[in-house]
Amino acid sequence: MLELAIKGSKSYWIWIVALLAVIGAGFLLYLNQLTVGLGITGMSRDVSWGFYIANFTYLVGVAAGGVMVVLPYYLHDYKAYGRITIMGEFLAIAALIMCMLLIVVDMGQPMRVANVFLYPTFNSVLLYDATVLNGYLFINLIVGWNVLQAERNGVHYAHWLKPIIYISIPFAVSIHTVTAYLYCGLPGRGFWLTAILAPRFLSSAFAAGPALLVLLCLFVRKVTHFDPGKEQIQSLGKTVAYAICINVFFFLCEIFVAFYSKIPEHMDHIKYLFAGLHGHGIMVPWMWASMSLMVIGIILTVNPATRKNETTLAVGCAVIIAGTWIDKALGMIAGGFVPNPLHEVNEYVPTLKEICITLGIYAMGALVLTILYKMVVGVKEEVRA
Amino acid sequence: MKSSRRRFIKLAGIAALGLGAQPAIKAIAPAAQTGPQVEFSPGPNALTAKQWAMVIDTRRFNKPEDLEPMIEVCHKTHNVPHFSDKRHVIKWIWETHFHNAFPDIPNRFISEAAESRPYLVLCNHCENPPCVRACPTKATFKRENDGIVMMDMHRCIGCRFCMAACPYGSRSFNFVDPRTGLNEKEMNPKYPTRMMGVVEKCNFCAERLAVGQKPACVEVSNGAIAFGDLSDPNSEVRHLLRENFTIRRKQNLGTEPCVYYIV
Repeated sequence: MLELAIKGSKSYWIWIVALLAVIGAGFLLYLNQLTVGLGITGMSRDVSWGFYIANFTYLVGVAAGGVMVVLPYYLHDYKAYGRITIMGEFLAIAALIMCMLLIVVDMGQPMRVANVFLYPTFNSVLLYDATVLNGYLFINLIVGWNVLQAERNGVHYAHWLKPIIYISIPFAVSIHTVTAYLYCGLPGRGFWLTAILAPRFLSSAFAAGPALLVLLCLFVRKVTHFDPGKEQIQSLGKTVAYAICINVFFFLCEIFVAFYSKIPEHMDHIKYLFAGLHGHGIMVPWMWASMSLMVIGIILTVNPATRKNETTLAVGCAVIIAGTWIDKALGMIAGGFVPNPLHEVNEYVPTLKEICITLGIYAMGALVLTILYKMVVGVKEEVRA
Repeated sequence: MKSSRRRFIKLAGIAALGLGAQPAIKAIAPAAQTGPQVEFSPGPNALTAKQWAMVIDTRRFNKPEDLEPMIEVCHKTHNVPHFSDKRHVIKWIWETHFHNAFPDIPNRFISEAAESRPYLVLCNHCENPPCVRACPTKATFKRENDGIVMMDMHRCIGCRFCMAACPYGSRSFNFVDPRTGLNEKEMNPKYPTRMMGVVEKCNFCAERLAVGQKPACVEVSNGAIAFGDLSDPNSEVRHLLRENFTIRRKQNLGTEPCVYYIV
């Protein structure tokens, strides 16, 4: 099927070359990081994870969000999604590849990455995270590829795929649960030490993932002859609406617990994010922007009039993606590490180099997604003809 | 052509399976069969304990300068680099205020003497260390025979999970080549320097204990820091703990820190 990805219009190839250029630039900067060290980033001994891990966390959510089309189709036999499940699965593949790359660029000694499996340490959440992420990637590759191949050949997909498809659903939940466990099991990090962290991660994932899918569906319809469908987009919009409401609700639960109990260890991180602490407040405008964006997103997706209008729905999805990204990527890391265990405030700002390396990885994800979606569109157009 | 490709894939698959099964085989196979048994025994002069612990008499330190000898000797002994960029700082032992060392004891009005004193902070060599729990490669581990939380610099992948897990901020990461922060003339040839991209921290001077010397900071403290076996009721540290009221950092987290402070 890959041959479908090498037949494209001029603008397709311009897009591919542009992505390759961004990837190349990111790679060159990464080589610089490999020689000079992670000192080229804004991280420090107080904020020891930064932009890489923040984006990793967010993209795990995007990958898990794909299950929101897989589940209704395969478990509830919601036929309409049959046309777009493949888009959810392939989005997950692209997101997971970005996750893996972000982990590798964040490592101080990336050439030792195999140590995680050579010396498996069962008390470390990282082993489980690596396992479920790889597992989910392979499941989606196998399922997505085979189902699409079957569609192209005009046959029903093989029966042995069915159990793998069912397994993919709990796997999607597990990748984001385990990623939350990386954070919420650590003593002495009051901001993360909350049982609701995994549910929060999942709710924001189920908002952000489908929101991105809505935008991708609208884009695919505009530039190709394949229409993902009006009903499908509307259903996705409803999923986004529910999930973003639950996400904001969970956040308010956190606020209540921290500020009604008045335990300083839990309040201080939230104070730092939303009001600043000891005169440091670099995150304040970002966090309020995030909250506003999510509220605008709720208004636009919950209100039937604006949800049914695809333009306002697209705006709603875009602001939800931006709002959840600030909340889960920037806020989760900065809020967790500031103030530090000695209650000192040392803020974190990513450097231009680390942002560019991350952009290179996003470009890699976009390239993978482009190639996979090009195949999807190719097959769909073929079948229709 | 086709059959040779199939054969290749088959062989590659079998090889991969073998590689993947290796750790499992290792785990199941009895130790005696895995090769010659290597036994490590302590040197003739080595200091031994079941669980090393430290008691710091903070009453003996009144101004930050009083702590300088300990910090300096530690960082010199272990070739801890010096960086002026705050983000790249490496510290094994350092000085801080009461409210930073003990943020969980937020008494608004405490004795002026206790509040104004400088406090030494370092790795607590917890009995129940969260960093060891978090490490995905056992690069940081609790040494079975004496309870020291150690680092294997050659195994560390630099994921910094241990730094997020440590509730005391005791760990530092080599964001740049540590050798660039060392003066070659002042380096201690007896202790290895580290490489870029790994985490490091206080090791309770495991290398000195092995040859019968107490930790460097204890040695220069003029008796203000005691070091001994926590599990031995007759040890100096247990004696001090019986005689004095002591506190530990964030004991509510259940990590059981092994550094005690007399205030």
